[in-house]
Amino acid sequence: MRDTASAPALAAKAGGFARLEALLPVVVLAVGGSCLPLLGDSYLGVIATRACIYWVLVSGLNLVVGFAGQIAIGWVALLTLGAYVTSVLSAGTVMPELSPYLALAIATIAGAISGVIVGLPALRLRTFYFAMTTLGFATIVTQIALAWKSVTGGGVGVPGPVLPWPFASPWGFYYFCLAIAVICTWMTTNVAASRFGRALVAIRDAEVAAESVGISKPALLITVFVFSGAVAGLAGGLFASLQSYITPDAFTFDLSVLFFIAILIGGRGSVLGPLLGTIILTALPEFAAPLVAWSTFLYAALLLVIVLAVPGGIAEMLDYKNRRPLAQHREIRPRSELLSKLMTDNANPTVLALNNVALSFGGLRAIDGVDLLIHSGEVHGLIGPNGSGKTTILNVISGYYAPQAGQVRLNETALQPRAPHTRARHRIARTFQTPRLIGAASVLENVMIGGTIDGHGAFVESLLSLPRHCRDEALLREDAVAALTAVGLEQLAAVRSDRLQHSELRFVEIARALMLRPSFLLLDEPAAGLSVDEIKRLGALIVAISRRGTGVLLVEHHADLIFDICDRVTVLNLGKVLASGSPGEIRAHREVVNAYLGA
Amino acid sequence: MIESIVSYGLALGAVYALIGITYNVMFAASRVFSFSAGAVGMLGGVFGALFIDRLGMPVVLGFLAVLAVGALIGIVTEIVTVRPVLKSLEQHLYVLSTLAFALMIQQLVAIEWSTEPQPFPRVLPFGPGIFDQQFWLPMLACGSTILGLELLYRHTLVGRAFLAISEDNYAARALGLPERELRLASFALAGAIGALAGFTGGEMMLAYFGNGPLLNFYGFVPVALGGMGSNRGAVAGGLALGLFQQSANFLVGGVFASVAVFVVFILVLLIRPEGLAGAAAARRV
Repeated sequence: MRDTASAPALAAKAGGFARLEALLPVVVLAVGGSCLPLLGDSYLGVIATRACIYWVLVSGLNLVVGFAGQIAIGWVALLTLGAYVTSVLSAGTVMPELSPYLALAIATIAGAISGVIVGLPALRLRTFYFAMTTLGFATIVTQIALAWKSVTGGGVGVPGPVLPWPFASPWGFYYFCLAIAVICTWMTTNVAASRFGRALVAIRDAEVAAESVGISKPALLITVFVFSGAVAGLAGGLFASLQSYITPDAFTFDLSVLFFIAILIGGRGSVLGPLLGTIILTALPEFAAPLVAWSTFLYAALLLVIVLAVPGGIAEMLDYKNRRPLAQHREIRPRSELLSKLMTDNANPTVLALNNVALSFGGLRAIDGVDLLIHSGEVHGLIGPNGSGKTTILNVISGYYAPQAGQVRLNETALQPRAPHTRARHRIARTFQTPRLIGAASVLENVMIGGTIDGHGAFVESLLSLPRHCRDEALLREDAVAALTAVGLEQLAAVRSDRLQHSELRFVEIARALMLRPSFLLLDEPAAGLSVDEIKRLGALIVAISRRGTGVLLVEHHADLIFDICDRVTVLNLGKVLASGSPGEIRAHREVVNAYLGA
Repeated sequence: MIESIVSYGLALGAVYALIGITYNVMFAASRVFSFSAGAVGMLGGVFGALFIDRLGMPVVLGFLAVLAVGALIGIVTEIVTVRPVLKSLEQHLYVLSTLAFALMIQQLVAIEWSTEPQPFPRVLPFGPGIFDQQFWLPMLACGSTILGLELLYRHTLVGRAFLAISEDNYAARALGLPERELRLASFALAGAIGALAGFTGGEMMLAYFGNGPLLNFYGFVPVALGGMGSNRGAVAGGLALGLFQQSANFLVGGVFASVAVFVVFILVLLIRPEGLAGAAAARRV
């Protein structure tokens, strides 16, 4: 048997390596960028400066598009805004001149505020709608720039800011932009590897699961829009300085397309990929002069090819680790004795109670006056024919549905209906009938998402990699390894979860739920699709979890599993409780045998 | 002034409504919003000018050729950008694939046609005035399209099959309806409607490559506000939008008109994401 004490060491090692690898884009950019002036090509310098400025914007947009999956196609609006704010303030057309640095700072703040305004619709609207609203913003900002002549100079334009020595020379300015680009890369890399980065990806790929672990989509998205808007505003100021004179013509929709496509070509959920994408897209037309007119056409064609052929982008091509074949005939061997590493015994008896809960969908009464008491430390089986309301009850408890009558109470507190993200704070965790995991994230990351609400550091601390962030990460990682070891999947920690077998996904979901150290765990058909042996081990694991003081509500069709491990069983039929009692009583219940179990 | 606001507004509104119907017809068949709606609208104007002005085709022939081009673009949209994406798990990739396709069309037109607005030919030999053809042609097109679609959907077998597919794709397939062929036909129809919008609105909007994104946005506003898939909603919303935009244009100036439309659009959607006449979204878990 393997040395069980090595789990934290394993976690630390994996963490260290992952950190080094994650910092790769920062190192690449800093070293490569600093050496560039050695070539002594001033035209190259201008292109490189432009690439740095674009990347400052794209690095922030990457969190919105690549990580959170929001289709923001009009981000040029923020570049325009930042450029005009900086230029107008430093040129002194409407008020006394400001120092270019102060103007840049104000542009950054203006960008942050506008980022929230542009992004706000994403909280309510679906993909295409949001894309349309950002497109609308992009059109309108240019129109305003054109029409508001007294401030923006209309079609004539305004001069861009000139930074004082030592950044006045082209190479000086280049270094200034490069430094900001490197800092942005470093910050977004930090976020990408933090609980915020993982939560963003969870919103993108598994929104329902994200809510169940307590991720609040509005709060998180707004934070990211602030950051993304701020760097876009800053990029706008730098862009104005590089252009030395700006008119509305400089901010075509083509630029927006470039930013957006650079991210998708680079690959969603990566920092290095979009960085390479930005450099390639900026440089490509410059080195192939006949292509200049065709550049946007080529970007669009490239986008089509990427979407249809390589949805993972450059990042997927670089992901050599996940091309190694996995071991065949893998077995899941949970080691429930290791649960103690993760969970302390829950001694206080708690009760989750449903009182007379009813819910209909249109004319269909899905559940009709259900009473249910789930006690901590017990396994409570919920069985019944298809359509009897089992999953609906789970969804009412975890807050996806609001019951039309009745209440869900935890001890004496009524749980807020239709607020799934509040359940994690009450330590109510769940799994789903079809596992909802982030296919593009590693197994370990998927499990770490379960502990999102237990992090203490704020977004800014993650951005700057401050001590609290590092402590959070180390702790989450350690817990996740412990949870994975307990369910028996620690060997697969680094594997992309979409490469796993179905049965393994079910155990990953349980590991993710355990990260909450749940006082109640709701399992929705966890044994579906598992082999006979796996079901036995699953049963033992569930019992072990409940003996630590967790109340388990088990929705299941495998009667053997239910009668083997449950302390109490409730049978539903047509949305009503048909019977409730010990497994022995249920097995002997006439109506249950007639309606469900069969003779 | 009132007359010109009304006639111009209604005419522009009819063009928006037709683009809205283009979105709807594609959406009904595939649950996909396609950026190519604005692109075919723009092509309607460009190809009209190309066929009739530059190549000297007779008006009727040119008109039919424009519709054919629109239908063709619709078919290509379906095959290239929609069909592959519907197969994949991440269905919202359609936003990207159709956007890419629309951008390619737009850039091709910019390079091969012109980046400047080009004049659009007079279609019929009637003189100018309030009842100028550039105003009533789009309205006529919009009216006949709506009528034609109602007849198609309510009174023909093919039309009922379209409805069946938009109502419940799986059930329709289980009944043996040729879902793929019907989807292709819907996209062809949508393309022709979009081209019709661009052609009849050509005199107002000119043959200009930049009309694509404009039509995309203003064609989508009535659909989003009127509720998904509702053609009547699109027509009501489109006409209202056109009138609102033109009166704002005349009274306070163009930029503020755009800003006003945009603000109303965002506010309504934030308050009622499903649109003024739409139904709330279905269950997710």
